[in-house]
Amino acid sequence: MAFITASWNPLGDAFYRKTELYEMSWSLRDGLRDSLVAAAPYGGPIALLREPQRRSPSSRPQLEIYSASGGAFASFPWKSGPVVQLGWTVSDELLCIQEDGTVLIYDLFGSFKRHFSMGQEVVQSQVLEAKVFHSPYGTGIAIVTSSSRFTLATNIDDLKLRRLPEVPGLQGKPSCWVVLTQDRQTKVLLSNGPELFILDNTSCTVVCPSGLSPQDGSIVHMSVSFSYKYLALLTDTGHLWTGLSTLQEKLSEVDTKKTTVPKQMLWCRRPKSQQPSVVLMWDRLLLVVGVCNETIQYPIEDPCVLVGEMDGVRIISSSNQELLQEVPLVCQDIFKIASMAPGALLLEAHREYEKSSQKADEYLREIKEQSMLGEAVRQCVEAAGHEYDTNTQKSLMRAASFGKCFLTDFSPDQFVTTCRELRVLNAVRDSSVGLPLTHTQFKQLTLQVLIDRLVYRQFYPLAIEICRYLKIPDYQGVSRVLKHWASCKVQQKDLTDDAIARAVCVKVGDSPGVSYSDIAAKAYECGRAELAIKLLDFEARSGEQVPLLLKMKRSQLALSKAVESGDTDLVYTVVSYLKNEMNRGDFFMTLRNQPVALSLYRQFCKLQEQETLKDLYNQDDDHQELANYYVTASYREKRLEGRLSLLQSAVDEYNKAKNEFAVKATEDEMRLLRFQRKLDDEKGAGLLGLSLQVTMETLLSLGLHKQAEQLYKDFRVPDKRYWWLKLKSLAEKEEWDELEKFSKSKKSPIGYLAFVEVCIKCNNKYEAKKYVSKVTPEQKVKAHLAVGDLEGAADAAIERRNEAEMGAVLSRCSPSNSLVIERLNRARAAIAKNFDSIHTQAPHLDRRTSCCCPFTIKASVCSIAGVIL
Amino acid sequence: MAHSARRDSPELPDFSILKRLARDQLIYLLEQLPGKKDLFIEADLMSPLDRIANVSTLKQHEVDKLYKVEHKPVISTSDQLCFLIRPRIQTVKWICDVVNADKVPGKSRRYKIIFTPQKFYACEAVLEEQGIFGDVTIDEWPFYLLPLDDDIISLELPEFFQDNFLAGDQRWVRTAGSALHLLYSLYGPFSKVYGIGRCSKMAYESWREQVEEGEQKARQAEIGNVFLIDRDVDFVTPLCSQVVYEGLVDDIFRIKCGCVEFGPDVTSSDKSVKVMLNSQDKVFSEIRNEHFSNVFGFLSQKARNLQTAYDKRRGMDIKQMKAFVSEELKGLKQEHRLLSLHIGASESIMKKKTKQDFQELLKTEHLLLEGFEIRECISYIEEHINRQVSMVESLRLLCLLSITENGLLPKDYRSLKAQYLQSYGVDHLLTFSNLRQLGLLVEQQPGETLTVMESKVGKLVNDKTAGKLTDAFSSLAKKSNFRALSRKLNLVPKMDEEYDLRVPRDMAYIFSGAYIPLSCKLIEQVLERDGWMGLEEVTRLLNGHEFAVTGSSGVDSKGKNDTQRIILVMFLGGCTYSEISALRFLGREKGYKFIVVTTAITNSSRLLEALLGNHV
Repeated sequence: MAFITASWNPLGDAFYRKTELYEMSWSLRDGLRDSLVAAAPYGGPIALLREPQRRSPSSRPQLEIYSASGGAFASFPWKSGPVVQLGWTVSDELLCIQEDGTVLIYDLFGSFKRHFSMGQEVVQSQVLEAKVFHSPYGTGIAIVTSSSRFTLATNIDDLKLRRLPEVPGLQGKPSCWVVLTQDRQTKVLLSNGPELFILDNTSCTVVCPSGLSPQDGSIVHMSVSFSYKYLALLTDTGHLWTGLSTLQEKLSEVDTKKTTVPKQMLWCRRPKSQQPSVVLMWDRLLLVVGVCNETIQYPIEDPCVLVGEMDGVRIISSSNQELLQEVPLVCQDIFKIASMAPGALLLEAHREYEKSSQKADEYLREIKEQSMLGEAVRQCVEAAGHEYDTNTQKSLMRAASFGKCFLTDFSPDQFVTTCRELRVLNAVRDSSVGLPLTHTQFKQLTLQVLIDRLVYRQFYPLAIEICRYLKIPDYQGVSRVLKHWASCKVQQKDLTDDAIARAVCVKVGDSPGVSYSDIAAKAYECGRAELAIKLLDFEARSGEQVPLLLKMKRSQLALSKAVESGDTDLVYTVVSYLKNEMNRGDFFMTLRNQPVALSLYRQFCKLQEQETLKDLYNQDDDHQELANYYVTASYREKRLEGRLSLLQSAVDEYNKAKNEFAVKATEDEMRLLRFQRKLDDEKGAGLLGLSLQVTMETLLSLGLHKQAEQLYKDFRVPDKRYWWLKLKSLAEKEEWDELEKFSKSKKSPIGYLAFVEVCIKCNNKYEAKKYVSKVTPEQKVKAHLAVGDLEGAADAAIERRNEAEMGAVLSRCSPSNSLVIERLNRARAAIAKNFDSIHTQAPHLDRRTSCCCPFTIKASVCSIAGVIL
Repeated sequence: MAHSARRDSPELPDFSILKRLARDQLIYLLEQLPGKKDLFIEADLMSPLDRIANVSTLKQHEVDKLYKVEHKPVISTSDQLCFLIRPRIQTVKWICDVVNADKVPGKSRRYKIIFTPQKFYACEAVLEEQGIFGDVTIDEWPFYLLPLDDDIISLELPEFFQDNFLAGDQRWVRTAGSALHLLYSLYGPFSKVYGIGRCSKMAYESWREQVEEGEQKARQAEIGNVFLIDRDVDFVTPLCSQVVYEGLVDDIFRIKCGCVEFGPDVTSSDKSVKVMLNSQDKVFSEIRNEHFSNVFGFLSQKARNLQTAYDKRRGMDIKQMKAFVSEELKGLKQEHRLLSLHIGASESIMKKKTKQDFQELLKTEHLLLEGFEIRECISYIEEHINRQVSMVESLRLLCLLSITENGLLPKDYRSLKAQYLQSYGVDHLLTFSNLRQLGLLVEQQPGETLTVMESKVGKLVNDKTAGKLTDAFSSLAKKSNFRALSRKLNLVPKMDEEYDLRVPRDMAYIFSGAYIPLSCKLIEQVLERDGWMGLEEVTRLLNGHEFAVTGSSGVDSKGKNDTQRIILVMFLGGCTYSEISALRFLGREKGYKFIVVTTAITNSSRLLEALLGNHV
């Protein structure tokens, strides 16, 4: 066990250890000297800009991007302006802050994504210093300009620049400064000479850290912890003050006895830290200063860069990378020399067991006697999580598994989860991947983000493997990876559209949660419109295709896809989009090719924009509809002149539509309207707007026979209609003499049965009878029945030898008409003999009579009603 | 009454869940606007709403006053207004006016619009255009289906017919799909889906999409097969006069949402009475499907039975009398009341229909269906128009003539139209234009015989581009092939035997034995053949768009046998009570149980009134 504790250094009552993470696989010619370096926490990527100040166009500085293990992602000459600061966002994007305040954003592979500016005033006064910081709001940037003003942006994805108030007496840049995030506010803490200021949105306040005496000198370096909770201040006399970042409480004050300003100063602590410390780095020395006043010194050979992590500090040199951290308590318990902690005993027991020594039993007994076996297993499992070396992990896990065998009701969850997570962690820690995450960091980062980071680095197969291994639901796991993969695939310039589309389709298939339209949108962003359309074809839901197609200005296609989707709301969305985008003519032409959309739009226009409707028909040369439109409009028009002119337009259009019938009908209507108007003026008849028939009716009832006659002739009203009209009108007015005269004026085109019936309707049986004799033989029976003359009816029926008619008469007979009944029955019997001859034509009628027969039951029903009511 | 089912008909699923579901959803939405509020209800939503929730339910959820949407300025003083409306642009515009009117004096109110069954983008666009999108909150009340009876479910969307078939506006298709999906998720999975018609196909596809998007749950199916049919597949049936009791009542008194209002002439008092017409009404449930000629016989029998029941009390002792009063009397009284109402209704029907005119009318209809003595029919129609018997009736006869004859001769077409215009005004030019577009009233192309037409339609269907064209302009190019269909499917029974309406032998009884409704015949045939096999000629004449799809759930025949015989028929564009009666008859004959889902109950007048061009 000695070999594990060999790298441990005591600090107060805790230990610190340095673990080697990687031999860096990069080969840097000049090491890290003269370079601007930015390395992201959580084992993030490293960006290097060599000689950032070199400005001659002949030799541009080189920007290089590496993984944490030194694997190259990208390298390209820097062509933009001088860079002040590099930094990484939470989503692994590289921020390059230029002297002129422009911030350029690149992805891991060095392709430019976008840029923004830190404000107009920066252009005149350069950026002197900049810091990239992370907060719950995302990644932020703070700059200080040569005019000594600070500007902040708390989230670069939702850019809101805040210019902080002026700092009194500040010239140029302050001697040191940090960004603090407290109480949801982002502030700047800065020192200028002996003074310390806090700058927030509105004010600049002088502050004094509690317990720091002015004799200690002015502050030359400061550092805030990963969680923004603790602050370390270094004075020019070498005093290191540590305390809460609110400056309210002091933790300790240590005299480092170094008066040179260190290159970097960082907090090194972890959650539930026993012994937090601050790490200071000079050219040749790394000093760990514990809050307990003790220190550890490490010599340095190469120039190094320190990266603060939540549970330690990574030290990157040109040749290797180490993790400096406080040894976790549980590891201390297990590995500390002569530790009697249950975990340590269990590990020992297992080691003896493997040696087949009976000592194993002794150790186990010892643990069991204290009933600490459960605790021992837990300790081993937990410690395994904190160890970086796989062999140590294995021996700890084996010991845990061994101890578990002697426990009956011990939940295996922790053990299983840790096994799985270690497997994942070991995979991503591999030098070829280069994500040196500790278990604590992994828990903080979450698996989702880890997968995202793998995806950013384009380790798609590994990401998918991990998702499958940890059984993450598809839409959160595999599908998400595939989506990224596909979006990346479409950017490959060396492949043809077809090849890419095919490749995407094969891989993605119909995984749930992967939207082809998103992938297509990506392709379109990369300027591959054709590919985008090909990809859209795979999209099963045509509704999803529409927005992108619109964006791509493929409006026709968008419209037809919308129609295909059967979602009228979508169709309408496209239509209203097109309406605003296109000129009218094109818009109508487009609609014309899409009948569904056209009818939808017409419906809308009918209710909202009548005028557009007209234009629409005009464009289509749809004269028929146009004419109909005018006719409709004419009915909304109250003034006669307006109505006539609309009707005239209708006539013109009907003419163009070659609808002669409608032309004539409309012209007639106009004629009628004029006629009505004239009569209204002359007689006040109130005719305007009535139909021809009603007009004539009104005229007749007003006694204006001449005018009615005129209409009859002018409009070529069929004789039948006119006769019916006049007949009814005269009967209603009970002008019986007129009626008789009229009946004799010429042969009635409607026959005389009508006269009989109308008279009966007007309750004039006497007049009705006058016309019975004139009725044609076929209708004689009906006529007789109508006037209630049963005998006459019977005579007529018998004369015509018509059985059906006889039946009809019979059905009307009541017992008092026994004579008639007898006669009819006799006649029927006579016919029955010759029945055969009639049979051929009778059945036809039979059904008709039977279907009308409900009406024969009436008498019986009336009596029932009588019973009940 | 006299029919004995060959097989026991299976039990129908319980559709009252639909009502409960809709009520709970509405209450949830009302709760979203806490505090007292005034509720404005679209006029045609009143009756459906009445079926699922009463005023006290609404009051319980802090609805203060109820108003009908009347497109007039509101007088409400409440500071919260809630609008329960159909997604219609006119109504939305009215709401915009209301809100904007409030803005002038600076009155601040909260507004909530509840669209049912769904909202449309066009409505939101209007709100946006009028600048009040931010002032109102919008919700959707997915009240798709209203069960009118044990076996009738209505979407209560009469405008479906007009919008979809006349204007070619497919916005309701998705609604139909959603309605089907609702039924599927409550009573599915379906084992087979058949359908015919373009709209049916689209509704089917929309439904399938929703099935795929949603999660699958394995459940015991309560509905076996589904049949979707477009109204424009069969226009003849709804255009015929109805002579089955329920249909007749609808034609004359207009049944609204399963409820009819009988006027003083029926109740023989000075008050009108509203009566629910459904299977709960013991008298009605026995006569609803009967040909009118049988109704009186039944009623008189019933009256006699009732009398006997009443008479029982003579000679009872006190104890028996007590039992009689407590147990039977109430039922008898109820039955008495219903019986007298239906007798009153029947008498009123008689008064209106016994006249010679009605006989003549039926005779003409039957001649048209058979294709005999067309000349006489035309002159009958002419007289009908000339005498201004009825605006809609005349139109109905004209349409029937055109469909059965495959269009009118140009000469007749013109003269009949001219006469109609003289009778009812030239604005009916638009009506005729609508009718032509739907293929209801068209002119025969000169020189075109039936066979030429048939082959031409065949070509149209084969030729893709032409097919698109027919799709596009809905039914412009569509011709009815009624005569050929009638021959193929035997729609008009042979007439050489007497048809006993008391013991019907086929569905033709609903039209006095003169015609088997095409829609129902198609359903019968497809169910019998389990698909469209052997009906190729028929579907060609109907312009295609037929489909038959086996559902995803494997059909295990055991145990599900009963369910298999429950058939859901969905009419897109409305169906008539006569059709429902015919299907009930078919169900009894073949041991099926039909559930009719329709966008609305229709009849000839509603169908044609929707197409009148003079009220736009």
